[in-house]
Amino acid sequence: MSGSSSNFKSNSAVVNWIEHRLPIFSFMHNQLHEYPTPKNLNYFWNFGSLAGIVLVIMIVSGITLAMSYTSHVDIAFNSVERIMRDVNFGWLLRYIHMNGASFFFVVVYIHIFRGMYYGSYKAPREILWMIGIFILLAMMATAFMGYVLPWGQMSFWGATVITNLFSALPIIGDPVVKWLWGGFVVDNPTLNRFFALHYLLPFVIVGLVFLHLWALHMHHSNNPTGVDIKDKAKDTIPFHPYYTIKDLYGLGVLLIVFSVFVFFAPNYFGEADNYIPANPLVTPPHIVPEWYFLPFYAILRAFTADYFLFWPISWLMSAKLAGVIAMFASILVLLLLPWLDRSRVRSATYRPVHRLLFWVFVLDCIVLGYVGGHPAEGVLVTVGQWATFYYFLHIIILVPIVSVLERTKPLPDSIAASVMKTHAAE
Amino acid sequence: MSDTAAPTGHAVSGNAEIDDQTRRDFLLWTTAAVGAAGTAIAVWPFVDQMNPAADTLALASTEVDLSSIAVGQSITVVWRGKPVFIRHRTADEIKSAAEVDLTKLPDPATDKDRVKKPEWLIMVGVCTHLGCIPLGQKTGDTKGEFGGWFCPCHGSHYDTSGRIRKGPAPNNLPVPGYEFVTDTTVKIG
Repeated sequence: MSGSSSNFKSNSAVVNWIEHRLPIFSFMHNQLHEYPTPKNLNYFWNFGSLAGIVLVIMIVSGITLAMSYTSHVDIAFNSVERIMRDVNFGWLLRYIHMNGASFFFVVVYIHIFRGMYYGSYKAPREILWMIGIFILLAMMATAFMGYVLPWGQMSFWGATVITNLFSALPIIGDPVVKWLWGGFVVDNPTLNRFFALHYLLPFVIVGLVFLHLWALHMHHSNNPTGVDIKDKAKDTIPFHPYYTIKDLYGLGVLLIVFSVFVFFAPNYFGEADNYIPANPLVTPPHIVPEWYFLPFYAILRAFTADYFLFWPISWLMSAKLAGVIAMFASILVLLLLPWLDRSRVRSATYRPVHRLLFWVFVLDCIVLGYVGGHPAEGVLVTVGQWATFYYFLHIIILVPIVSVLERTKPLPDSIAASVMKTHAAE
Repeated sequence: MSDTAAPTGHAVSGNAEIDDQTRRDFLLWTTAAVGAAGTAIAVWPFVDQMNPAADTLALASTEVDLSSIAVGQSITVVWRGKPVFIRHRTADEIKSAAEVDLTKLPDPATDKDRVKKPEWLIMVGVCTHLGCIPLGQKTGDTKGEFGGWFCPCHGSHYDTSGRIRKGPAPNNLPVPGYEFVTDTTVKIG
């Protein structure tokens, strides 16, 4: 069952007529039906398809919201309130879109941590992993610009703080910020272009998702053992119906949890201050980004003049610029993970030290998120600085060293053998 | 274009082939260079459209009447969409601003260079860290450890001359271009 030779056959003359000119039916059959999938995937493998479905939900709810939204500073806030009160089911569309953003990040962060735990970034899936990181970056840009559109206080001041990050760049900083704003402050031109780009970027994400899937289907899914597929007949099962049904079950669970938030706690993830119209002359006392940006916000704020990680570079740049660079580096460094981790064993199941460090890293990210959500005062400053230090220590130092020194546990002979062993043990 | 894949079998045409190769390389690279330059020029309008438009730039100056501001009071006016702090400073504030040791300042500047008339401090009220509006304009506001302004976002303290003294902000609050039209009227921008 090699990728190109298809078992696809149809009795329909119409299908065969189209197939002869555009082989779309055999393509779908090969990639979604017969597509060989490791037989031992656990529920963590649901999150890729869930992310795809949430992307569709976001695009559909977003396009319908855009039909009633006005991107002008005088009208934007009220147009959102009109959607909430007057537009038929407008409240539902907006709450789906608001909470959908949070769920998109929940699903994608679990998807990324799953890839890290099971070594899914390792050869030959490096490009697959890197495209995933670019999808994350595009998601962050989209979410940030979307949050500006309701033109509340958090929208305005979030946009001000984040665009001001670029003012840290030497020489070109100020011109770049004015260029981003289209003026001397965040104002109507800024809102307009953010709306245009917020509409564009999801389709860029769709394009990246296709590349992501293309790269995935070259070497097929990784699996909990991290062992390659050796015998397709024994190690794999067809995607349909086995994983279509498993993914559908996962989708049902996701939609139940999602509905709880949409219908019973629609503003749980939001900030009350964003229901106050934007006021360029009054800064809210405590500006926080949305929860999914908090760990990166904590890394940004960790860089103060007296931070020990800043000392070695303090002759070169300001603490502000160092913080901005560190924040972007915290995501970009993930691109190097396939080469920093030199272990030939993929799955952390067989790597005791790496597995322990993985969970410490997850904890570290949660600590960073907590620190990012609270005012930078007292002991939290120190906690944030050490958590930032550990974040980079883990990826740049610990992962490479452990990958070379660690004594791994014996791997199963094959995916089939690992499944049989589990059954024999029961 | 049949000669683009010149056969290598003609022994006599060795030099001619090299000439041919060089000529084709030259054509290839000049075409690429002209294409790249042309593309760069064509892209510029699409980039430049994001810079401030003519009408935005035209809103350049604001006139303010200072006669109603008592000593120790501050007002905030809008210039180019940004808040501008105008403070009628007390004698104490002027004195403490002038007495500061310049070597202790992250962004050294004398108070004299930051004002045209010592009693009137005029500056852009946007924190140089990440653009929040510092507190200190209203009487009830916290003014920070140096009696001037305090930015609540990330904790920057400014003194009575608007100079950064403590916190993550790298620079003093900027002084806009302004001139006194009369003794009690100032034109900003």
